[in-house]
Amino acid sequence: MKWIKAILAVFLTVLLIYGLNRTYGVVPALGPFLSPYEGFWRSGSDDDFASEELTMEGLKATVQVRFDSLRVPHIFAQNDHDLYYAQGYLTAKDRLWQMEFMTHAAAGRLSEIIGDRALEMDRYQRRMGMVTAAKKSLAQMQADPQTRAVLEAYSAGVNAYIAQLSAHEYPFEYKLLHYAPEPWSPLKIALLLKMLAYDMTGYSDDLRMTNNLRKYGADIVQDLFPEYPFQEEPIVPVGTRPSFKPLPIPPTPAEFMAGVAFHTLERQKPENLGSNNWAVTGARTANGYPLLASDPHLNLSLPSIWHVVQLHAPGINSYGVIIPGAPGVGIGFNEHIAWGMTNVGADVLDWYEIKFKDAKRQQYWHDNQWKPVRRVVENISVKGGPDIADTVLYTHHGPVAYLPHEKAFRSGNTPTGHAVRWIAHEAQNELKTLLLVNRAKTYPEFRQALTTWAAPAFNFVYADSQNIAIVSNGLYPLKWPGQGKFLLDGSNPAHDWQGWVPMDQVPQVVNPKRGFVSSANQTPVSPKDYPYYLGSSFAGYERSARINQRLSAMTQATPDSFRLMQTDTYSFVPRNVLPTLLKLVKQDSLTGTQRKAYQLLASWDYRFEPDKIAPSLFEEWFQALARAIWSDDFPADTFKAPARDRTVQMIQQVPRSRWYDDATTPQKETLADLVNRTFKAVTDSLGVGGEEWLWGNARNSHIRHMAQLPGSGQQLHAGGSANSINALNGSHGPSWRMVVQMGPQLQAWGVYPGGQSGNPGSRFYDNLLNDWQGGKLHPLLFLRAPNDRPAATSVTWTLKKN
Amino acid sequence: MLFLLIFLLSLLVQFFLPWWSIALVCFGLAFWKAQYGGQAFLSGFLAIGLTWLGAALFWHLVTDGLLSNRVAAMLTVNSPWILMAATVLIGGIVGGVSALSGYLIRRLWV
Repeated sequence: MKWIKAILAVFLTVLLIYGLNRTYGVVPALGPFLSPYEGFWRSGSDDDFASEELTMEGLKATVQVRFDSLRVPHIFAQNDHDLYYAQGYLTAKDRLWQMEFMTHAAAGRLSEIIGDRALEMDRYQRRMGMVTAAKKSLAQMQADPQTRAVLEAYSAGVNAYIAQLSAHEYPFEYKLLHYAPEPWSPLKIALLLKMLAYDMTGYSDDLRMTNNLRKYGADIVQDLFPEYPFQEEPIVPVGTRPSFKPLPIPPTPAEFMAGVAFHTLERQKPENLGSNNWAVTGARTANGYPLLASDPHLNLSLPSIWHVVQLHAPGINSYGVIIPGAPGVGIGFNEHIAWGMTNVGADVLDWYEIKFKDAKRQQYWHDNQWKPVRRVVENISVKGGPDIADTVLYTHHGPVAYLPHEKAFRSGNTPTGHAVRWIAHEAQNELKTLLLVNRAKTYPEFRQALTTWAAPAFNFVYADSQNIAIVSNGLYPLKWPGQGKFLLDGSNPAHDWQGWVPMDQVPQVVNPKRGFVSSANQTPVSPKDYPYYLGSSFAGYERSARINQRLSAMTQATPDSFRLMQTDTYSFVPRNVLPTLLKLVKQDSLTGTQRKAYQLLASWDYRFEPDKIAPSLFEEWFQALARAIWSDDFPADTFKAPARDRTVQMIQQVPRSRWYDDATTPQKETLADLVNRTFKAVTDSLGVGGEEWLWGNARNSHIRHMAQLPGSGQQLHAGGSANSINALNGSHGPSWRMVVQMGPQLQAWGVYPGGQSGNPGSRFYDNLLNDWQGGKLHPLLFLRAPNDRPAATSVTWTLKKN
Repeated sequence: MLFLLIFLLSLLVQFFLPWWSIALVCFGLAFWKAQYGGQAFLSGFLAIGLTWLGAALFWHLVTDGLLSNRVAAMLTVNSPWILMAATVLIGGIVGGVSALSGYLIRRLWV
């Protein structure tokens, strides 16, 4: 009896400890997580932040770091090595978990830390060849001595931070998910840059467009999906003739229609994945020097997407934001120039139908011969389960990622499929661009720096104290017009990418007559003014039209004019379409509530303000109407419906179109029928009372924790819409707002939704969120020298070499 | 006496060793000092519970409860105090059960 009791008790103890020391799905390992000596309880504090002196292995000289009131580090180093070493160290201090998590996501390694829930995601990353692409770029970056040195110094800095962490100091999320940080490496930096390319260019409509083509034929597709939109304000002002001698354009091959394919993996570009940037010349500003603004729109999340830093060393004094985990400054300024980026959205991802020789799939047909398929086995480690091996087939186009008829992941069904040709698989040295831009003093230097930036293509806006410019810069495949709009023939060499648009022939505007440059992801340049085909599904013109409208009217611009512009909630969409729609509503058939809604809309000023109901009404109504027009003809799961601006054009100009008829009903619907039906349905479901239908509440915008942890995000209540300059749309919106006043004493302002710290328990996790929502900007402290304005910072770290 | 010993020694080791070291402390000290099973369990439960309560309370207050509120929301308990009770309970049970084991094992020889 004694024995049984004793054994039972010991067994229970061991079981309890084992049970509490591991995770179960989403349940953390309660023992270490709850223990207040190593668990989350002590992850919160950051109040004891004070000046100190740290000794570090690997520094070459002393580095001084001054922290301002927003806890932005201003790094003063005596050489480049120490500069990037310190940046690595300080970024890791603020964001270690986030930077590692992003690289795990990029590399298809999330299953390692969160289990088989992430398996499909991981497999997709591997199938897209993310690691292969990162390794290729890494080789390119390491071949250049300057970028190689920066990669190594930065990684050494991150690793110095990791090395001095004990388990109880791990960031909160490590404790939650019960794992430990691994050493940082240059490959991770390459992965982050690829992740950027993936976020900006990893989309396609090619399969859906092919389905459209098969169902409706070339003429209708051409009509509904024009190469160039009917209303557009391209970045390069219309009528600007190119000054270069273009390469010959590859001939357009005979029409090709790919075989029927089904897959669910196609990642569609979210509408208005976008950003704004603009600059005006000194002639239009109050102080006589150019002004520049930039606000990149991204999926908002916490910890903040951006980390703010000032980098100062001989030959460089640059301030701005960067993705945590990458060296340098991404969007920002130095003492001479300022710059910002928006996504171009060119078509740089295409799918090729592959014909395999037989079921073994060791050879594929191309250029009238069988060519060998290369096999790469990807090993995916899974937390709490056995490793999984996934074989990826590579052709000369790229990996066969798209797998029609493929069954669930673990079934043994090897697929036939489509190979992806994607710009991210090209080796280029984007890091070099950042390093040189950070140090550039003039436009020619800036322009030269851009020549190693391949992907993602960005509209780089530029200003110095005399000039403004914008360059739609990136590596673009040399295509025949329309190439890649549909699935391509992987066996026909005429369908291959035929070369590249020379980097000095990308669209650009320097000091235009109109006195400003701007971009909002619209078509970069009219085909009449440019010889190369870049793509055909750019963002609609509405946001850019509003920007240009305001800039053209500006004569005495101040930084505050730009701040107000960045928070402008006006939208051209209702302005263009709402009057037409309201005219079609049969007013005498409306009930009291419907009439009230009608009046709200009729008196609306087209501003998406958070405390108004009209924006919610319009948005619901217009979307319901667009669905009523298109969803019968272009069901969303397999077809692509025409874009918003094409829909508006049709409503304005074609009162009788076959598309208004609901193909699923026997009677013939007209536009007026759809307008009235959807108006009543929407107003009845919304009513016009209720707090919850105020625009700020109705659209349910959130900023969430990166790993979707409940409790570490926040509901947003702010104005704006997808097609307003203030492009807050769901949880997508301006992730950094910056305004820079050029001149001998350059000044800058900025704000971002979040804060410097990645720790959900820190006051600096989301300290700027409310100012961002309220449309405020903070002056950015740009120090000229290590001892410049000593009173402006209170905490200084001195990093000493060992 | 046993309570005090466990309290002091476990407090000390937890600053250096992983959380499960509390089980070794409780087991060892109960093996050495415990008179009855109930006394062993209670001493382990209360001593560990107290070290966890004290530390959790300390960090909660020092950090203004910023993170504990978020974690409470994440685990859908919605109050950091419930979270603290759970913390104390889990620490206490581990302490109690391991102390009891220590006592019962020693009883095999006497």
